[in-house]
This record gives sequence, C-alpha cells and structure tokens, in this order.
Amino acid sequence: MSVFSAQKITENVYWVGAIDWALRNFHGYQTSRGTTYNAFLVLGEKLTLVDTVKGAFYDEMMARIASVVDPSRIEVVVSNHAELDHSGSLPRLRESIKPLQIVASPMGAAALAEHFHWDASVTEVKTGQTLSLGDKSLRFVETRMLHWPDSMFAYLEDEKVLFTNDAFGMHLATSERFTDELDHSLVEWEAKKYYANILMPLSSIVKVLLKKLPSLNLDFEVLAPDHGPLWRKEPHQIIELYDRWATAKPTRKAVVVFDTMWQSTAAMARSIGDGLRHGGASAILMPLEGSHRSDVATEVLDAGAIVVGSPTMNNQLYPTVAEVLTYLKGLRPVGKLGAAFGSHGWSGEATSRIEEQLKEMKVELAAEALRHKYVPTTEVLEQCFAMGARLAEKLAQRVENSGE
Amino acid sequence: MTKYECKACGYIYDPAKGHTASGVAPGTKWEDVPQDWVCPLCGVGKELFEPVD
Ligand SMILES: [Fe+2]
Ligand SMILES: [Fe+2]
Ligand SMILES: [Fe+2]
Repeated sequence: MSVFSAQKITENVYWVGAIDWALRNFHGYQTSRGTTYNAFLVLGEKLTLVDTVKGAFYDEMMARIASVVDPSRIEVVVSNHAELDHSGSLPRLRESIKPLQIVASPMGAAALAEHFHWDASVTEVKTGQTLSLGDKSLRFVETRMLHWPDSMFAYLEDEKVLFTNDAFGMHLATSERFTDELDHSLVEWEAKKYYANILMPLSSIVKVLLKKLPSLNLDFEVLAPDHGPLWRKEPHQIIELYDRWATAKPTRKAVVVFDTMWQSTAAMARSIGDGLRHGGASAILMPLEGSHRSDVATEVLDAGAIVVGSPTMNNQLYPTVAEVLTYLKGLRPVGKLGAAFGSHGWSGEATSRIEEQLKEMKVELAAEALRHKYVPTTEVLEQCFAMGARLAEKLAQRVENSGE
Repeated sequence: MTKYECKACGYIYDPAKGHTASGVAPGTKWEDVPQDWVCPLCGVGKELFEPVD
C-alpha cells in the first residue's frame, strides 16, 4: 500500500501527478493556492504516461503510478511540453524504467535536448499523427506557443480525453481532480489568473486555435490540463471563457494601480476611483504595497482602462510601479485606455515615464496626466475626480461603439 | 518593403534580409514568402504576423 495513490479519470486513464501545496511563486506569478503538476497514466496495451511532474516531485508521481501498475511496465512516455514543471522528472524516469519510446513534437524533441543535453532518441510527432497503443491510440495536435514553441495536445479518442498541457489549466492545489467538485467562482478566478499571467500575450494564437478547433475532430468529454483540476462537466465552459478573454472586448471597468510614499498619490487614486464610479464605471484600486503584479494582471485582463499612479523618487518611477509596468508590458494587453497621475516633491518625472511606458504598450492615453507637488489640495482632488469621470465616459463610448 | 512581426514571439521578418536558413532569399516580399512558411523562432504560421508600422 503506497502513501500516494492514483485517481481515476476515465475507465483507463489515471491521474498520477503531484500536488504542490506550498508553491507561492511560479516564475514570478504569485500562486497563492499552490498548484498541481498533472501526469496521466493511460492503460493501453502499450502502457503510456502522458507528461511527468516537476523534478522534486518524482517520488510522489512514481508512488501514484505504482498504486496502479509496476512503473517499469510503462512503454511510452509522451512529453507534451518541455518546460521543467512537466518534463523535470523525465530524465530520472528514463533512467529508471527505460521506456521504449519518448514522444514529443519536433520542436519538443529539440527543446528536451536543450534542457537535458542527453542522447535520448525521441519519436517526433506532428499535427494529425497518431500513435497506436495497441488497443487504443493517441492523436497529436501541435499548439506552438501555447505555451512554448514545443507545446502540443494529445487526444485519446477511445475515452474522449484531450490532454491539453498548459492550456485550460490553473494554479490551484486541491485534493479534488475535477472543477465540478469545487467552488465555481474560485475555479473561474484561478483560470482567469492563469490566462492573464501566462496566456494574455498569446491571445492572438488562442483565437486562431479556438477557430481551428471544430475542424480538428476532437470530440472530447474531458479536458485534462497539466495544472489544477480537470474539466469534465461542460468542458466547453472554459473554451467560452478563453474566447472571451482572448477577444478582450471593451468593458466599463478601470484598474487604478499605484504606490505612494506619504499618502498623496494614494489620495489622488481614491478620488480618481470615485470619479470613475460617478461616471458609471467599475473601479478597482490596486495599491502596490499590498497587491502582487500577477493580481494586477488578472484585473487588467478584462478592464477597459489602466490608470497608473506613482510618486517620483530620486527622479525615477517608484520601483514597485516600474516593476508592474515592465510586467504588464510583457503581457501585451490590447485595446486599453490609460492615464497617469502622481505626487512629487521637486522634479516630478514619474508621470511622463508612465505615459512613455503606456504608449510603448500601445495603451491609448485618454486623459492628460495629473501631477501635483506634495500634498494634493481639494482642488487637485476635484481634478482627479473629474479625470475618473471623463475616463468612465470614454469607456462607456467604447462599449457602445463595440455594440455590446 | 514592409517588415512583419510575429505576434507570438516578436521575431521580425525583414524582406531585405529574407531568411536564408528556411529558404527565403533576401529581397523576398512578405506576400511572396510561401504560405506554409513558419516563424523561425517559435514555429507559428504566417497568419500570426502583422505589418510593423
Ligand atoms: Fe509552460
Ligand atoms: Fe506548466
Ligand atoms: Fe515567432
């Protein structure tokens, strides 16, 4: 009896991954609820493992496999994605069980070699190719840049399970394996956070894939991503959400992201927020002292405007604001309005730096920057309120023009 | 001649240089790059490129 056991997904598919309850930082993304690395055992005539887990969790995966079969009987290992959270256990697994075949996309084979500097021969599969497991078969779909050039999906037609690797996943550690066993709003929030922080810059590719999906003949009933719970009841829910997030239609929501030294920039932020609300928009204030960049990204995903405030410190942007702007720029949000504000002591460069960065991000500057020396007067706060109201009006216009 | 940028990874196709490693000669206009050509960095297709302004 092993300490860890496998969990049944469908008749012949078992989850044999690992639960990382403690993870709080996934390459810069704050994973407040941990994550899972999902690996799947397919009980075909040729015993097959789809993906592995992060290296440190090798023993957990092996114990879960051993609760169903002797791991040394595995003949095929499919590597859908070379990133180490999914391939990290592959070298040790290969040493230990000596599988007959390791399968990856052509770009995956190259990426695995560039990670492990090994001499393994990897069977390369392209979109549309199938691999017989004897009584069952796997069909592959390359999904380049979702998440890396090497990424692919594997489809087990016989049980209608689509293994989607990073796509449709979320960083959420749970003992349950299916989204329908969990609180729905939590699931949607974590899926959205994952999309915002991992897939937002790749939205145009997501759109192309979603458009192509019906023609791929994937009649799936279970979507099995490599992070977090699986989708089995209405798996199309998450596809509709991806469609919405990738399309990023205008909304009447604004994110006011700022930091403050002596509460002056904070006071301006609060007035802008009230102005936004007065103008009919929804405002979310994100003081960077308590907000992580990955939560800001999540709110930005479905916002129509990003309003950024920073004090000027030693002639520079405040470091937390510079950080969040760098991060957001990499996530390439599209179709947002923006504006800058901030309090300063003498030089006051921060607002123009913000505007430069927003322009680089192709955010449309929709109001003149508001900068003020030292503590804002009532008059300045009224200007902030008016800026918020004006932005709200522009957001409403945009929503109207988009015909929503 | 207009340059084109890969929206997935940021690679820029410069017609003046072409991309000889994948068989696209210098001086090849974007329109003349084969339809099945893929981004040399990340592998996505031509439909994910946009003109650089
Ligand atoms: Fe990944
Ligand atoms: Fe991953
Ligand atoms: Fe590319």
